[in-house]
Formats: sequence, structure tokens, C-alpha cells
Amino acid sequence: MAISAFLTDTTLCIGCKACEVACKEYNGVPADGFTWTGRSYDNTLQLGHSTWRHVAFVEMEPRIGVGGNSGEHTTWQFLSDVCKHCEHAGCLEACPTGSIVRTELGTVYVQPDVCNGCGYCVVGCPFGVIDRRPEDGRAFKCTFCYDRQRNGDAPACAKACPTQSILFGDLDDLRARADARIHDLHARGVNDAVIYDPRETSVGGIHAMFIVRGDPEAYNLPAKPEVPTVYQRSGWRSAAVAAFLAIAGTALAFVSARASDGESASMEARRGEAHANGARRRSGARESV
Amino acid sequence: MTTTYYDVPLLKPPVWTWEVPTYFFVGGAAGGAAVIGAIAQITGTNGSLARDARWLAAAGAPISAALLTADLGRPERFINMLRVFKPQSPMSIGSWTLTAFSAASAAALLPRSAEASLPIFAIATTAAPVSALLGCGMLTYTGVLIGATAIPVWNERVKELPIHFAAGGMGSAAAALTLLGHDDAALNRIAIGAAATETLMGAILEFTPTPASAPLREGLSGLMVRTGRVLSGPVPLVMRTVNGSRRTRQIASVASLAGSLLTRLGWILAGRASAKQKPSS
Repeated sequence: MAISAFLTDTTLCIGCKACEVACKEYNGVPADGFTWTGRSYDNTLQLGHSTWRHVAFVEMEPRIGVGGNSGEHTTWQFLSDVCKHCEHAGCLEACPTGSIVRTELGTVYVQPDVCNGCGYCVVGCPFGVIDRRPEDGRAFKCTFCYDRQRNGDAPACAKACPTQSILFGDLDDLRARADARIHDLHARGVNDAVIYDPRETSVGGIHAMFIVRGDPEAYNLPAKPEVPTVYQRSGWRSAAVAAFLAIAGTALAFVSARASDGESASMEARRGEAHANGARRRSGARESV
Repeated sequence: MTTTYYDVPLLKPPVWTWEVPTYFFVGGAAGGAAVIGAIAQITGTNGSLARDARWLAAAGAPISAALLTADLGRPERFINMLRVFKPQSPMSIGSWTLTAFSAASAAALLPRSAEASLPIFAIATTAAPVSALLGCGMLTYTGVLIGATAIPVWNERVKELPIHFAAGGMGSAAAALTLLGHDDAALNRIAIGAAATETLMGAILEFTPTPASAPLREGLSGLMVRTGRVLSGPVPLVMRTVNGSRRTRQIASVASLAGSLLTRLGWILAGRASAKQKPSS
């Protein structure tokens, strides 16, 4: 079966936020505040438990000739950000309940009837996407419109996009399409256009790719995202060392203390025994052999 | 130059509040107590110390479970933690470890007397060593739990955290037993070993700065982890090695316990600060 994917092209995005609205409407995502941020026209700022599509408004240095700018005006780039549905997903690996699953469509899906809100996925995501909704207690993120896809329909955001900036389709097809688009953009002089799909990192590529202009970090896309599972090997190795030290150290303490007790019957040992006896009397518990 | 998007943090801060770091403290102490209890029993040194240590381990387990359940967004679904076993999730490994540890440390309290029936005797005899092995898991896995995350200040220290937390757990267990009235020479040596390890780990954390280590040095989180590691490292190390009075060792124990708790609260706060820091590449 085909692997579902998004290709979000910032060079086509007009910042209309229809995707944000369509996502909220279709998925019944609750409102998460009404604030003016003063950050260009972006009043959502980031993805979160109640924002599954987020249009970033990136203001860049004026660039003559590209995008129809005159040289005096700021170049405006819009990026409709979304859950990356990683090849190696940190949230999925972290989830202790099995609530987060890989669907038959290759997407990463949180089963709301299983999630118990432990919060471990939140620190497992290298993109800062998934979050726990305080008023609900469970973790939420983009579902890739699993229900719509099951009915043969495109996700709400892709359906609503008026410029085809959000393309929905098969992963391999969209990767080929991204390459062709980059080739086309470069031929037209948009030389700073790049594909954001960190396949060389431990994330192993994403199922929601982007075409951005300039530095991906300007859009809050991390340069080198790592799936946190990669840190476990050295962590468990240290844990094994620590466990050995705890057992060996404790054994050594008892054996050496008994040895020195036997030799000198020191004051400390006698004191210790007296206290131990006291403790025994106080607790009144039956001493077992 | 690092470009950012209006300095909006890239990562989401941990949602955990005081329950999780308090659990790290209680669970670590309970795990340490199980190790002390089993080895005291095997070496046959001090029966009352072995018994009290086993009680401490068994009491810590349900408190740990209660703290973890209280932290969940949906506490009524705590049982979903045992829905699957996922070796790639330290949270899953930890949930199963805590469950098994609760059972083993409770079983270790069964009477091992001659009157007991054979199955009871067999369970009681094996339960203490088993609880000690699971206790090692309790001592260490929390370090891997926060180390293997996307939070830079935590994952940079994934090597140090399990040893740091295990030393704190052993120190807390020894301290709690000291305050319960024990003044065994072996217990003092365990506490000295734990405090020495904490001092060493504190020195490593202090003097080998990493790119994202600012929250361990600055702000409230920096103050808490620094104060915590002094209280659980050098303070009990000096107070217990000077060969002072029993009173001195009790004060050292209070410092160990306070330091261990403060350190864990501080690490969670540091994680929150780390997630909010400007992304650095």
C-alpha cells in the first residue's frame, strides 16, 4: 500500500491560513487562545496540542527580482508547518502505552482512547510538535486525517489549500515531485530553494516534507533533528555500570565492615548493634531467620 | 549566526510537575533500600537492618506508583502502562520495573520462618534478591528516562545521569535507614560510597560544561541542582568520614535526603528551561 505523505511548498504558499482553519474545523480541535503576538501576521506561533497546522510568517531580507519584490519590501515567506510523521518517530518510540502507532498508511497516529497522558512523547519529539492538552489530559497532534484517508479523501488541510502549496500523495511520488520542483525553481533563479527532509539524520526522513527558501532554521525546522532513541545505548550502558557499582559497593561495605568488626569489635560496631537492638525492640516486629 | 523563528522555542517543555521528580527520589531510595536489604540478609550481618531496609523498599513502591499515577493526564488510565512492553521506551521499561519491584519488595516481607509453608518460604527467600536486582533498575532507569529525550540539557548528560541518580538513590536509602535508628558500620560505608560518587558526578557536571548546560548553572534550576549536589555529595562525605558522633551522621543523612530530592526537582526544572532556550545548531 502507498505511504501517505505531504509536500508543503513555501514558494506557493500565500499565507491564507485556510489549512489551519480547515484542520481545526474538520478535526474539531478546540480554540487555544486569541492573542496578538506582534510576530508578523502569525498569531499562532507554533504547533501544539490544539494547533495541528501552523502557518509561519517569515520576513526576510529584500531580494530583488525574486518573488516580484522591488527591493524596498521585505520578502515574505509562508510555511504551513505540520507534524512530520517521521520515519523514526520519537513520540512513537517513547509511548509506553502503545497509544501512538504507525498506521497502515505510514502515518504516526495517537489513539485517543488509549493515551493516558504520561507526557513522555512530549519530550520525545525532536520537532516540538506533540503536546499534552491541559484541559483534557491527553496528548494530541496531527492525525494526518486518518478517517478522511480511510474514506479515500485527502486530508482537510490539503483539500482546503487554494494554491496547491500543500500536496498530498504517495511518499515516493512526492519525493520525486520535490526534486523536480527544486530543479524548476533553481532554473528560474530561486537558487536558495531547498528540500527539508532530514534523511541523513537518525530521524531517517519525514513523511511531511517541505520546500523552503534559505535556512530551514528560520522556519523553526531543526538543522539536525535526532530521534532520542539514539541516546539510549550509552544511557543503559551507564545504568549497567551504576547497578554493578551499587551491588558490588554494598556487598563490599557489608563484608569489610563485618571483617573489621570481627577483628577489633570496635566501639562503632557495638554502638551500631545496640541501636539495631533498640530498633528491633521499638518496632516489635517478629525477627525472621 | 543562528537564525531562529522569532525566538519561538523549537521544543516543547516537559509537562511533568513535582510528582515525577519526587517519584525519582522515592523510587530511587526504595530501590537502594532493596539492594541494602538483600545484601544485609545474604551476608547475615545485621538482621534488623535487613528487615528495616526491606520495609523501606516495600513502602516506597506504592508511594512511587501513587506519585506516577497522580502525574498522568488521565490517572484513571494508569493500567494502560501495562498494556504493552516496549523495550525501546524507557517509560515502558520503568513501568514494568516498578510493577515487578512492588511485587518483589512486598513478597520479601513474607516470613521466612520454619513454620511457613514451602511455597511461602521459597517466595520469601527468592524475593529479596529479586527485589534487589529490580531495585537496581529503580535506581538507574530514571536517568535513562530523561537522558533519552530531545531535551538538550538532559540528553547531553545521558551517560552521567544513571550513575548520578543511582548514587543519590543509594545515599537516600542509607540516609533513611540511619534516621530510622541504624548506625551500622556497613551502612556508613555505603553512605560514604554514595556521597563520594555524588561528589565525583557533581564535579564532572560542574567542570565539564556542555553546549546546553546553562540551565544547570543559571536560574532557579541551576541553584537547585548545585545546592542539591553539594548536600548529597561533599556534605555527607565529610560529615561521615570525620568519624564523628551518631548525631553528625544523622545530620549528614538529612542533608543527603534533601540534596537528592532537590537535585531531581532541579533537573526537571532545567529540562523546562532547556526546551525554552534558543535553538542552537
